[in-house]
Amino acid sequence: MKIHIRGGRLIDPKSGIDEQRDAFIAAGKVVALGDAPADFHANRVVDASGLVVCPGLIDLSARLREPGLEYMATLESEMQAAVAGGVTSLVCPPDTDPPLDEPGLVEMLRHRARNLHQARVFPLGALTQKLEGQRLTEMAELHDAGCIAFSQADAPLTDSNVLLRALQYASTFGFTVWLRPQDSFLARDGVAHDGEVASRLGLAGIPACAESIAISRILLLMKETGARVHLCRLSTRDGVDMVREAKRQGLPVTCDIGVHHAHLSEMDIGYFDSNCHVIPPFRSLRDRDALRAGLMDGTIDAICSDHAPVDDDAKFLPFAESEAGVTGLELLLPLTLKWAREAGAGLPLAIARLTTEPARVLSLNKGMLAPGLNADLCIFDPDELWKVTPRALKSLGKNTPFQNMELAGKVKYTLVEGHVVYES
Amino acid sequence: MAFLNRNPQLNQHGELQHLLTIEGLGAGMLRHILDTAESFVSVSEREVKKVPLLRGKSIFNLFFEPSTRTRTTFEIAAKRLSADVINLNINASSQSKGETVLDTVDNLAAMQADMFIVRHAESGAAHFIARHVAPHIHVVNAGDGRHAHPTQGLLDMYTIRHYKKEFHNLRVAIVGDVLHSRVARSQIHALTTLGVPEVRVIAPKTLLPAEVERMGVQVYYDMPQGLKDVDVVIMLRLQNERMRGALLPSAQEYFKSYGLTQDKLALAKSDAIVMHPGPMNRGVEIDSDVADGTQSVILPQVTFGIAVRMAVMSILAGSKQ
Repeated sequence: MKIHIRGGRLIDPKSGIDEQRDAFIAAGKVVALGDAPADFHANRVVDASGLVVCPGLIDLSARLREPGLEYMATLESEMQAAVAGGVTSLVCPPDTDPPLDEPGLVEMLRHRARNLHQARVFPLGALTQKLEGQRLTEMAELHDAGCIAFSQADAPLTDSNVLLRALQYASTFGFTVWLRPQDSFLARDGVAHDGEVASRLGLAGIPACAESIAISRILLLMKETGARVHLCRLSTRDGVDMVREAKRQGLPVTCDIGVHHAHLSEMDIGYFDSNCHVIPPFRSLRDRDALRAGLMDGTIDAICSDHAPVDDDAKFLPFAESEAGVTGLELLLPLTLKWAREAGAGLPLAIARLTTEPARVLSLNKGMLAPGLNADLCIFDPDELWKVTPRALKSLGKNTPFQNMELAGKVKYTLVEGHVVYES
Repeated sequence: MAFLNRNPQLNQHGELQHLLTIEGLGAGMLRHILDTAESFVSVSEREVKKVPLLRGKSIFNLFFEPSTRTRTTFEIAAKRLSADVINLNINASSQSKGETVLDTVDNLAAMQADMFIVRHAESGAAHFIARHVAPHIHVVNAGDGRHAHPTQGLLDMYTIRHYKKEFHNLRVAIVGDVLHSRVARSQIHALTTLGVPEVRVIAPKTLLPAEVERMGVQVYYDMPQGLKDVDVVIMLRLQNERMRGALLPSAQEYFKSYGLTQDKLALAKSDAIVMHPGPMNRGVEIDSDVADGTQSVILPQVTFGIAVRMAVMSILAGSKQ
């Protein structure tokens, strides 16, 4: 299959290309950018005039709910949602049921995902057995089975000695450890940012220091062990400041935020909107602005969807009883574009936060467009408006605070390994 | 998001459709409820304590959390309005069978309910139910988690107005476990809305919610300082379970620092009134001498509570769909 993508605005943050250029694809690879190679006869010509052509998006956190949680969503539905959102590679956290703590589970998941021929799936292995925070998993075995890094997901790891050993062991093999920084004692029972809104609504709060205290513990243990750590889902101003300083000191730390946190704050809970029940909680406007500043100056490397499809039965409950999480795969691009427009960030930087930078976090030779590389592409109209409705979303998770809002940015084509896996 | 940010208590005519929280209601609405309550006080003093305003209406007391006092006062209020009252204690029955709150509500709605009086342990439960019921059904929040207890807040305002006549010249102190108190939140909203210029909260830092001053109150950690020259002292109930965690060391130490005694009360104005939403823990937050003393209006609060609940139910039943 040879594809000629014609007339698009090609943006590749890695090489700095941002101009109208054609792309030529053959045998799953990009073969040329600009002029057609000799003897190139396209089987298909994709008209990309007025559209942006960029590397396929790499989502650092999308829950596919398999194995074990298929009542919320299935691999089939969520992989469709991924490519509909322009996502060609995604990382899934190990908080399935059972957790991804055995090679067999990881192999099965990858096998199932591969057979769907849609986005590429990179599982995170559980850092501790059953995510209980006590005994280490067989990380080397899990790595051989396809785990790209190791994580506790949102499960607590209270014992600092276990964390120290986990970091030592992982770094022995050069594995990165992904941690969502939260002190589980300070966060206990909390469901919302411990501030003005939670106080007014009588919701149990999670103080901002639950995050910063956890980060300080992690950073100190990184110095102790030399481990590489990716901090997941920052939410506070102090957290961003600490990571900025750690990077300045040269610690091998990276971090991301969920795209919703670039927009929403505690205020959006309104009168108990359980679609705003997320982990970590939406915090104050001051915190949100600090996250945006971190995206601009590169303290925050990547934006992810933190996709968590939740069925209505688990979401339509009184706020604290509802299951946390937002659907995100199909909102990742439009919400990132919204941030970029509001912040004056420019398309190349916005796209970098979704492609080049997450690829760097993963140490993957992806997230860029160059001859010889796999043809994973996203082609989108940055200005087309669409309304977020349950019908418009392919994901089985319809849980979003952006329900019924119009967003700009519509994916037109998604290509994985030179195949058109989605077109609208 | 837009729907959830609209005030869900008011219908399109600006009338009260549900009573879920005091927050967001104007002073005019609050005064209207208090004035209506005033007209019902006399009903309770008659020999035949009934008016036919809600004849033929079915009111369901939907208590997902046990309560005797509040449920009883709602029941009495509904009966004095000639409504049919059905009491349901849900935690014992369907919740344990895995039936969801919404299933329960849908089933009762199918039995032609006109009004739900809801008590639930989760903040926001009354909002949640109000959002899902048919438009002809009214929801009254009888206490949801730590969030709100609007009829208690209103009966407290009624009591204050009864004894102090005006709000605009008062100093009011609320003492105790504000963090866990839905009553305190409703009182604070009501007092600030009705124009009380100085609302104080007095508590140790462990019992105050984050950024509480954003609700328009002044914070005092020292009780004698906080009580100085106040017109109204509102004591909050301190639950025994608070002593089990790291919030407080002991009931004895709490009483020493934050219990209301005659000595401390003497720092308030000489005509200050003492209120408590009940049930009281004598010797923990309040000394018996004070609770039963001449400045205590704790029992009149209960009496006014019936009139206020009658007012709320009759106003809701009278609003257009």
